[in-house]
Amino acid sequence: MLNNIIDAEKLSFAYIDDDGKNIDVFKNLSISIKEGELVAVLGHNGSGKSTLAKHFNAILIPNEGECTVVGYNTKDEDSVYDIRQNVGMVFQNPDNQIVATVVEEDVAFALENMGVPSGEIRQRVDEALEAVRMEKYKLHAPHRLSGGQKQRIAIAGVIAMRPKCIILDEPTAMLDPRGRKEVMETIKMLREKYHITIVIITHYMDEAAQCDRVVVIDKGKILYNATPKEVFSHVEEIKKVGLDVPQATELAYELRKAGVKIRSDIITEEECVEELTKLLS
Amino acid sequence: MLKDITIGQYFPGTSPMHKMDPRMKISLTFLYIIALFLAKNIAAVGFGAVFVIVCYWISKIPLNMIIKSLKPIVPIIIFTSVLNVFFVESGELLFEWKFIHIYRDGIIVSILMSMRIICLIAGTGLLTYTTSPISLTDGIERLLGPLKKIKVPVHEIAMMMTIALRFIPTLIEETEKIMSAQKARGADLESGGIVDRAKALIPILIPLFISSFRRADELALAMECRCYRGGEGRTRMKVLKYTFVDFVALGLVVVFTAGIMGLNFALPTVM
Amino acid sequence: MSVIKTEGLTHVYSMGTPFQKTAIENINLEINEGEFIGLIGHTGSGKSTLIQHLNGLLEPTEGKIYIDNEDMWADKSKIRDFRFKVGLVFQYPEYQLFEETVYKDIAFGPKNMGLDEKEIEKRVFESAISVGLAPELIEKSPFELSGGQKRRVAIAGVLAMEPRVLILDEPTAGLDPYGREVILNLIKKYHEEKNKTIIWVSHSMEDIARFAEKVLVMNESKIFSFGTVEEVFRNNKEIENIGLSIPQITKISRSLSEKGLEIDSGIFNVEAARDSILKLLKKKEG
Repeated sequence: MLNNIIDAEKLSFAYIDDDGKNIDVFKNLSISIKEGELVAVLGHNGSGKSTLAKHFNAILIPNEGECTVVGYNTKDEDSVYDIRQNVGMVFQNPDNQIVATVVEEDVAFALENMGVPSGEIRQRVDEALEAVRMEKYKLHAPHRLSGGQKQRIAIAGVIAMRPKCIILDEPTAMLDPRGRKEVMETIKMLREKYHITIVIITHYMDEAAQCDRVVVIDKGKILYNATPKEVFSHVEEIKKVGLDVPQATELAYELRKAGVKIRSDIITEEECVEELTKLLS
Repeated sequence: MLKDITIGQYFPGTSPMHKMDPRMKISLTFLYIIALFLAKNIAAVGFGAVFVIVCYWISKIPLNMIIKSLKPIVPIIIFTSVLNVFFVESGELLFEWKFIHIYRDGIIVSILMSMRIICLIAGTGLLTYTTSPISLTDGIERLLGPLKKIKVPVHEIAMMMTIALRFIPTLIEETEKIMSAQKARGADLESGGIVDRAKALIPILIPLFISSFRRADELALAMECRCYRGGEGRTRMKVLKYTFVDFVALGLVVVFTAGIMGLNFALPTVM
Repeated sequence: MSVIKTEGLTHVYSMGTPFQKTAIENINLEINEGEFIGLIGHTGSGKSTLIQHLNGLLEPTEGKIYIDNEDMWADKSKIRDFRFKVGLVFQYPEYQLFEETVYKDIAFGPKNMGLDEKEIEKRVFESAISVGLAPELIEKSPFELSGGQKRRVAIAGVLAMEPRVLILDEPTAGLDPYGREVILNLIKKYHEEKNKTIIWVSHSMEDIARFAEKVLVMNESKIFSFGTVEEVFRNNKEIENIGLSIPQITKISRSLSEKGLEIDSGIFNVEAARDSILKLLKKKEG
């Protein structure tokens, strides 16, 4: 049986705003991520999804409840660095997470912080750059790279730590379609080749459709937690919380509304074409 | 365009100068500067000039880079020369008009001073041309390492320098973007008096500050996520190591300093 | 009547240096009053350079730009007037906000135009309504607002100049689906109510297909195609060949038509696809 990499149990988190008011981000929220899973977290801005992600690597500590990550409780201060080593984070803005002026130095940053011996750093940096197919750029200045390339460098910097899990907080939000594709391909490769558990927070439904599981968060509550097929079949509810569904799903939904007998769990264009050809011929 | 400015002016290469350990390069540059100021006559300073030119030749840096780097300090050179010409009052009197007296020594001293400044700029320039900003900060961090004992935050200073170097191009790009955006809203950045122009900068500086703080926040978070906790227990990917080239260079600079001393001794002192 | 016209528009960056790069080459474009144009192309295809020419931020290396049949660069000192005629909303425009209040920020453009207080006030409130900002936000600091609200303030700042042509560079970048919907709908509404010309840069073919009337595709510094949405999407294979993605629904309808079904291969919205399929079903049954 697969183990849980992340176990969040009855988390509550609130912050105090500028007026001194207590604002609840979420209450009593429970979720777990299994080893090797590729999970998408959806939710509109302000739904609490980024705040939740920050609980997964001990950047934030819950007010109530327990968050257990790779066997460590995030409340335990001594294990903070063990947690962060095992749960890497990639953020939205590619410019604001690259520290060094040379690509390979940036990939080495985390390893240097962890106190890894020099020879091993070199080896792991080269491996990580190869994994994201950026080895040709190792001596380049990061600011000359495209957005997609910068995000791949950020991913390389994280996988060099050899984490069990990577959390990506809207990694494609600021990229063009080409960059988005590069990043999604890199993510899928990481999972297939290195079996890393991946949690991706995104606004793009086509990216969520490629995951094993989709978690929809709204107003600090988990609305859905199931396969993409299952989640996207609730077209109306998904739209109600300010999200979208793939066009293939929407077409099937529209046809069903018009009385056509077609499956409600269609999410890819291939499935859609297959169903429609069956129906029409 | 602002983007075309390169900071640090590093010329990648494979010359012995490029291969040297940054610590050694920094130290030897200092030694060279000290030697320049110990040089007491034109022959000795001339020797210093020849030495730096040979170094440029070895490192394959075009000599006109010296001229380029001198441009901003031309006023300083002229100022010190003029000062020396007028105020040194010894040796043969060459020219006299009302209160102006020009002596032979004054001219020699002013040539000497100008040459020293030029050599100094050429020497430090060579350091930045042949050393990437990152190994330069690395070298400084390690040279200053002993100061940690007296609580100087050496690692933090070096980290700040690295981050500054990393973000200069990003912020230049951002400045350009904000300038265009405000121009599109009719901001007039080019005309008017000093006060108008200073006022016209507000719509550019405020957004720039705000975005810099946002970037700093996000960067800090990203660094924390990558296990950053200051300099303690930190290792480095590139270990600095003195190699054969470094010792040869050290030897040469020591010989050079001795040569300067010899020339000082053999020929009359000017200053 | 054409409101924007370019003739042989070419721009070369860093001319005469090793970094020389032709960003746009021989662009001949005619945009008519009241058109809603979607502009699409890869990063580096020249679309940013093109739009910065249209409002006089960049001067062409070669070629001419006419706004209302007036040569833009005939008299350099008048270039600011053209910037007021062609309003440009940059990417992530919320990062250009700087004033103490939303009111003052929106008033920045009109003030630069030299309008009087009364007219400025009128325009600020009108454009705030256009972007759906609640009146109580007007006196707040723009930095207290949410991300989506900030963006709407920035857009209002350009609308308040009442430009003949409004250019928006990826106005929905980084927003969630709901935020995207809000912005796109307000642009559409503005277009319909004021009948202003709009040029809208987007990476999303789905969005362009839903909102724009015409599509301008840029590729490698040149115009790849320019026409109505229907015309451009009929050649969806070519668009894919230059590496741009087409809407999922277009791919579906194309696959169906390739399988011999009687369906238009250039369908670009879900409603049209639904209707075509329903028609086919009826035919099959009937």
